[in-house]
Amino acid sequence: MATQDADPITHNASPDAVVVRFAGDSGDGMQLTGGQFTLSTALAGNDLATFPDFPAEIRAPQGTLFGVSAFQINFGSREISTAGDAPDVLVAMNPAALKVNLSSLKPGGLIIADSGEFTKRNLEKAKYESNPLGDGSLAQWDLLAFDISALTIEAVKDFGLGNKDALRSKNMWTLGLALWMFDRDRQPLIDWLNAKFKTKPDIAAANVAALNAGHAYGETAELSGPLKQLHIAPVKSDPGLYRTITGAEAVSLGLVAGAQLAGLPMFFGGYPITPASSILHHLARLKEFGVTTFQAEDEIAAICASIGASYAGQLGVTSSSGPGIALKGEAMGLAVMTEMPLVIVNSQRGGPSTGLPTKTEQSDLYQAVYGRNGDAPIPVVAASSPGDVFECAIEACRIAVEYMTPVMLLTDGYIANAAEPWKVPDVDSFEPFTAKFLTENNNPDGKVLPYKRDAKGARPWIKPGTPGLMHRIGGIEKNEGTGNIDYSPENHQAMTDARKAKIDGITVPDQGVTLGDEGGKLAVVGWGSTFGPIRRAVDNCRKKGLDVSHIHFRHIWPLPANSGELLRKYDKVLVPEMNTGQFKTVLRDQLLVDAQPYTKTSGQPFKIAELEAAIELALAE
Amino acid sequence: MTEVAKIETTLKDWETDQEVRWCPGCGDYAILKAVQRTLPQLGSDPKNTVFISGIGCSSRFPYYMETYGFHTIHGRAPAFATGVKLANPDLDVWLVTGDGDGLSIGGNHMMHVLRRNVNMQIMLFNNEIYGLTKGQYSPTSREHTRTPTSPLGSVDHPANPCAFALGSGARFIGRGFDVSKNLPDVLKAAHAHKGAAFIEIFQNCIVYNKDVFDDFAAPKGAEDRQLWLEHGQPMLFGNAKKGEVKGLKLVPETFSFEVVEVVDGDWEAAGVCVHDAKNRMLAHMLIELEFGPFPMPLGVIYDDPAETYESAVVAERAKAVEGKDNNLAKLLAKGQTWTVSGTAQDPI
Repeated sequence: MATQDADPITHNASPDAVVVRFAGDSGDGMQLTGGQFTLSTALAGNDLATFPDFPAEIRAPQGTLFGVSAFQINFGSREISTAGDAPDVLVAMNPAALKVNLSSLKPGGLIIADSGEFTKRNLEKAKYESNPLGDGSLAQWDLLAFDISALTIEAVKDFGLGNKDALRSKNMWTLGLALWMFDRDRQPLIDWLNAKFKTKPDIAAANVAALNAGHAYGETAELSGPLKQLHIAPVKSDPGLYRTITGAEAVSLGLVAGAQLAGLPMFFGGYPITPASSILHHLARLKEFGVTTFQAEDEIAAICASIGASYAGQLGVTSSSGPGIALKGEAMGLAVMTEMPLVIVNSQRGGPSTGLPTKTEQSDLYQAVYGRNGDAPIPVVAASSPGDVFECAIEACRIAVEYMTPVMLLTDGYIANAAEPWKVPDVDSFEPFTAKFLTENNNPDGKVLPYKRDAKGARPWIKPGTPGLMHRIGGIEKNEGTGNIDYSPENHQAMTDARKAKIDGITVPDQGVTLGDEGGKLAVVGWGSTFGPIRRAVDNCRKKGLDVSHIHFRHIWPLPANSGELLRKYDKVLVPEMNTGQFKTVLRDQLLVDAQPYTKTSGQPFKIAELEAAIELALAE
Repeated sequence: MTEVAKIETTLKDWETDQEVRWCPGCGDYAILKAVQRTLPQLGSDPKNTVFISGIGCSSRFPYYMETYGFHTIHGRAPAFATGVKLANPDLDVWLVTGDGDGLSIGGNHMMHVLRRNVNMQIMLFNNEIYGLTKGQYSPTSREHTRTPTSPLGSVDHPANPCAFALGSGARFIGRGFDVSKNLPDVLKAAHAHKGAAFIEIFQNCIVYNKDVFDDFAAPKGAEDRQLWLEHGQPMLFGNAKKGEVKGLKLVPETFSFEVVEVVDGDWEAAGVCVHDAKNRMLAHMLIELEFGPFPMPLGVIYDDPAETYESAVVAERAKAVEGKDNNLAKLLAKGQTWTVSGTAQDPI
């Protein structure tokens, strides 16, 4: 694979995969550059995975090490499952970007640097004692340094922009060069720029000129330097219609689809928090799909208003990240107690407390499974990739509506921001789970029984406004059928048991083997966004002849019924997680299997190489 | 929002079969009866009526109303109620809260439900004490209140609920007390107001803060200590039978009120102001009147409706969806897409 290829990228005209990292100041537009390069990559038919990696500060002081923003993309003519361990190409827009990202660059990789930004002042800010572009310290890599700033100013000089405005097109110049390098069509980006700056034709024209200039520069530079044009063939994919999708988009679309399948309007209560806000942004624009978005005064009000909407007969959804989920805890307990359908999306980030707002982690699993007062079981569904979130969101809606329960959907910062090609699903392929409301008294002997359960253990959903079914519910323990206050010992025992039995009894599909055999020496068990690196690492190890399989869980709570039986078919179970071993604990507790942790909490996804090493170590022990 | 047809009910129709669990003699009983008496007069329909509460003695209220009821969590009732109204604006929502629930743990939500102007009646039972947790001082307890958590007397300055509400942007401020015969009138005015209607109801906690409101609520001499406000009427109080009528007169130099005697009913000659419930400045002045030198202002202090939150949301949605459809397949395939062709064996 490309990331372990010993040959420098520039010595092979058609590699099967390439990892490119764009890095610059947080004001340099690297995320935009990366996003557009991703789109062009997708349109070229390559498989891809991306990793936006940016600071929590919106505009950190210019030129500083902590203000570096990067976007990594791995693309190829074969299946791509991670954003790549190490870049083949590093685009460094200033000294700080070079310094921060150099250590991950593959030996023999290519550095493209804007020499115009390697000034004395910027070098000092990046804590360089001498200019790395000239002091021979980069000898183990190929280096292409030229004054992108000056070339951009030259390219847009006809548009009468000041230097400051002109330099804002620098990222488009760089993108133009990247497009040339990978033999891409410029037209979709030109169309996009013209649409984006529709009301400012001068700015649009300047950006297009910068893009074209960067592209033209590639052709010229090819003649004399290490820059070569590379061609990456399209990947073989299932036939169908494709688009790129980020996790935040997919979760929004999945929730809309879930509400439609339930036949319900959706109420989404949210409060701005990184990295979950983008879901609120997306849904705020989808009013025609029966979506009401409510930006609440805080996280607590966001979930409470959503529960209020569910109570009134809509599908309540709330979303946040770890710190906000903590604030919602008490209200989740009320949703458990009143048995109200509700979807809670947790886009996890590094914790505890404010932690690492823009970095990814999987450390809210305990919080999701156990994190409430009292015995308050909530089903937990975890998504493994940007595309997978779509189906998981539908699954969360289904469970919420069919079982009258809050459901936690776990995703994370990596999934939320990362993009991948997504085969647009056929909406008719999903089975509807139309919500039913009680409209007639369910008690022949008296008043309505709001806690009379169906065969699945779910209570009826009764909308206020329904004639003759007035009743009261609340957070105080309620009588088994009537819902009236009842503290009696037998009743609390019965209600606690009923709430637990309902969640334990949720039908989830049997757990399959994601890659490999049903049984053997080692199962690598994952959940969430570790899917890509685990899959690739297990695949590589199997190609080396190792007896290892990959099992990836979507249903965290309740676990699929066959989980214990399946895991006991392996001599060893290794659980890589971006936390200190939380799913490992759940597996040990629920299944009595000797699951061993392999953990990482650096705010960065697993690298394939480190997982391969862990697998080899586990098999050698 | 559709106009809901008025229906005929009696007080009995609004009572549940649940045993009321407040302490004997609690002011909440009187408020419950006042509400149950008022709703038939309003022509309200139990099936379209929802009582939503937080936590505390007052928040048990929904269990005793034969309507839809939601007893939620401490301080958050305004947020639940906002969700209910956005999901179904036709429901008639009554929010029941207390001084601890609504102004301490839930102060934030109270502020936002008022500034958003969500159409509902908000009854804040103010007993100046935490009752259900056994008598700790609350955010409205007067200074030097001795309680288990303030054995030497509380040092906190109390909040003024009506001033808080007005400062948060409330468009309706009413005030009454548990056993007052005028309470149903205040409730009716609140119900007629489209928007968040804030009603402070002084309520006697006979166990932990007994008779703390007697200084103005005790029947003896009440006419001298209660100023019942009516829009368009002079602000008069005192004993008319004895001819001891007084009124509030504006002192422009100090921008304040003074109490003046009214001789032979000629309030105009005495310079007594006429109450204007739409005057926000006047509402501020009345709410800030110092009790003692002045009587306690009661009734409808302020009533000046504005567009409600849920009607604005509904209107915005109607505008946003104009000319758009809800075709999910089209939404999923939005943006730049590409097609991978199938082979003969593997058709699309």
